[in-house]
Amino acid sequence: MTNAKPVGTATVDVDTPRAIDPGLPVADRVFRGGARAVGLLVLAIMASIGVFMFSESGIAFDEFGWSFFTEHRWALETNQLGVLSLLVGTVTVAAVAIAIAVPFALTTALFITEYAPLRARRTLIALVDLMAAVPSVVYGLVGLILFQPYLADIARWIHDFFGWIAILDVPGADPDTTNWNNTAHQYTSSAFIAGVAVALMVMPVCAAVMREVFSQAPAGEREAALALGGTRWGVIRSVVLPFGRSGIVGGTMLGLGRALGETIAIALIIVPAFDVKLRILENGTITIASQIILRFGESSPLQLSALMFAGLVLFVFTLIVNTIAAAVVSRSRSGAATEI
Amino acid sequence: MHSNESSGTADDPSPAPAAGTATAVLPEVPDVTAVQPKAEAPDALGAKLEADRVSAWFGDHKVLERVSLTMEPGSVTALIGPSGCGKSTFLRILNRMHELVPSAALAGEVRLDGTDIYAPGQRVTETRRRIGMVFQKPNPFPAMSIDENVTAGLKLTGGRRRRDERQELVERCLTKAGLWREVKDRLSQPGSSLSGGQQQRLCIARSLAVQPDVLLMDEPCSALDPTSTRRIEETIAELRNEVTIVIVTHNMQQAARVSQYCAFFLAEEGSPGSVVEQADTETMFGSPSDPRTSDYIHGRFG
Ligand SMILES: Nc1ncnc2c1ncn2[C@@H]1O[C@H](COP(=O)(O)OP(=O)(O)OP(=O)(O)O)[C@@H](O)[C@H]1O
Ligand SMILES: [Mg+2]
Repeated sequence: MTNAKPVGTATVDVDTPRAIDPGLPVADRVFRGGARAVGLLVLAIMASIGVFMFSESGIAFDEFGWSFFTEHRWALETNQLGVLSLLVGTVTVAAVAIAIAVPFALTTALFITEYAPLRARRTLIALVDLMAAVPSVVYGLVGLILFQPYLADIARWIHDFFGWIAILDVPGADPDTTNWNNTAHQYTSSAFIAGVAVALMVMPVCAAVMREVFSQAPAGEREAALALGGTRWGVIRSVVLPFGRSGIVGGTMLGLGRALGETIAIALIIVPAFDVKLRILENGTITIASQIILRFGESSPLQLSALMFAGLVLFVFTLIVNTIAAAVVSRSRSGAATEI
Repeated sequence: MHSNESSGTADDPSPAPAAGTATAVLPEVPDVTAVQPKAEAPDALGAKLEADRVSAWFGDHKVLERVSLTMEPGSVTALIGPSGCGKSTFLRILNRMHELVPSAALAGEVRLDGTDIYAPGQRVTETRRRIGMVFQKPNPFPAMSIDENVTAGLKLTGGRRRRDERQELVERCLTKAGLWREVKDRLSQPGSSLSGGQQQRLCIARSLAVQPDVLLMDEPCSALDPTSTRRIEETIAELRNEVTIVIVTHNMQQAARVSQYCAFFLAEEGSPGSVVEQADTETMFGSPSDPRTSDYIHGRFG
């Protein structure tokens, strides 16, 4: 008890935190261990996919270096291979798909949660879920055989009226032609038509996420809006949409993830074209996934490695999109409810 | 003043002179005679609300049996009774919130200034605007700021206002709800940043902004501390000459303090809820005519 300070009888012993035995029960400990193992396994799988693709793309990287990202051709004879046109095409098709799917998904989800009577609601949910379960090759075939003729007509109409917008132009095609049969092929197999097919398969996924979040909008706030004399549309505007923002973002991003990776439906519809262009109505485009499926069987080791490299680019790109989405979603109020 | 038919046991409420019961603590209410008067009560705004033989069901389960009650302008009507006897159900019937429950049904009439609100052709949104509601749990819109919360009803009912008019309205409603001084410097903060009692007063201000004729309150103070409760009771007293107020409460002192008229709901074993007794508050708390009322008021059951 020596004290140099004039404060008086200051005690020397300072509070130290004491050790507490958390005393986790055995069952909890087993579960925690199991959960941790599974979580780590998922991470390990993700990492090994990345490492595998990285090592497989080594040959291509040695050959092309960073110019792989600026090369738009995929010339097999001269082995001039690059990912630029693939990446642009992938983003274009996905953007078309999202632009079409999200408005439909949003109205579908709102109709189901806000307007549909109880019994119709269950039927509609089942139908939309069923739509999500249809294999993508079916959407590809439907898009190709059933929709393409009509979509080409629509594309021509859009070209006619909005052709002055660069991305809706189709150079060399005359939308007012009387000889439609000779012109139609200029509007087929385009990013637009592939995007519509992809939109069909993306829409139910988006709608499911949005519906789930919308239905969790707090009943108290809904009633508040109604009790003020609000219409259902008023409830949607003042309660459901502000609450469901994360669901809209989450659903869109989930759809975007699927659209970026969609393979077979696009491969069925498009005609490969490797020029970097954003003209979505024009015949021909290419995406990373469809290029892989179209070229995989008949490639030299270098070309195979280049495909792997392109796959790695897609992998990283999708990862980035999803991370951004998760960040946006987790910052909003309903974020806890959505998983993407 | 209060008509009272059919529900049996209640005495005719005679306008007996004040017998010095618990109601003596009401604060002075501002004189509003200068403002345009209404037909029934020349000194009070607000509308007369009459429930006429109202019954209610959830599916096959009947929860209300022929409730008749008149809620006069210029007065606060308190609904009391044990849990589950149908007070909230009755209240929600009064502004057509009951029908939002899919299995819900009802019988009887609810007349707002003589017009049945359930008559065909009555617009439900307009009815709900005229008959506002404050809920048990404060429910401000969390995505909106405080002033946007107050004017939310205008947007919802399509009422467009100029900016300065809106600001004036925000101030007026918040003042009436007794919240203005506390929030006037933070109007752009989100409504959810307020305390529970402040949120509830914000909800009252929001209800007032659409100029209702009747204000229904379902246990508005049950989640609040005594100070906030007192503020809201003061608010109710100040508002009663402007809107007809109906309040559900589990707090007998509160019913005695804020109301002029009182209805006791009871659902006996296996039977739907009904009004056992209704009278002005002094009679109800001073000399209840039904022994069950007396038992309930004095905390002997329920
Ligand atoms: N949505 C509903 N579906 C089915 N039954 C309901 C529903 N809401 C209320 N009920 C039933 O109606 C009866 C009356 O309920 P109500 O909520 O009106 O009681 P209350 O008097 O407000 O009770 P409390 O004082 O606890 O709030 C209860 O028996 C309850 O079980
Ligand atoms: Mg209740």
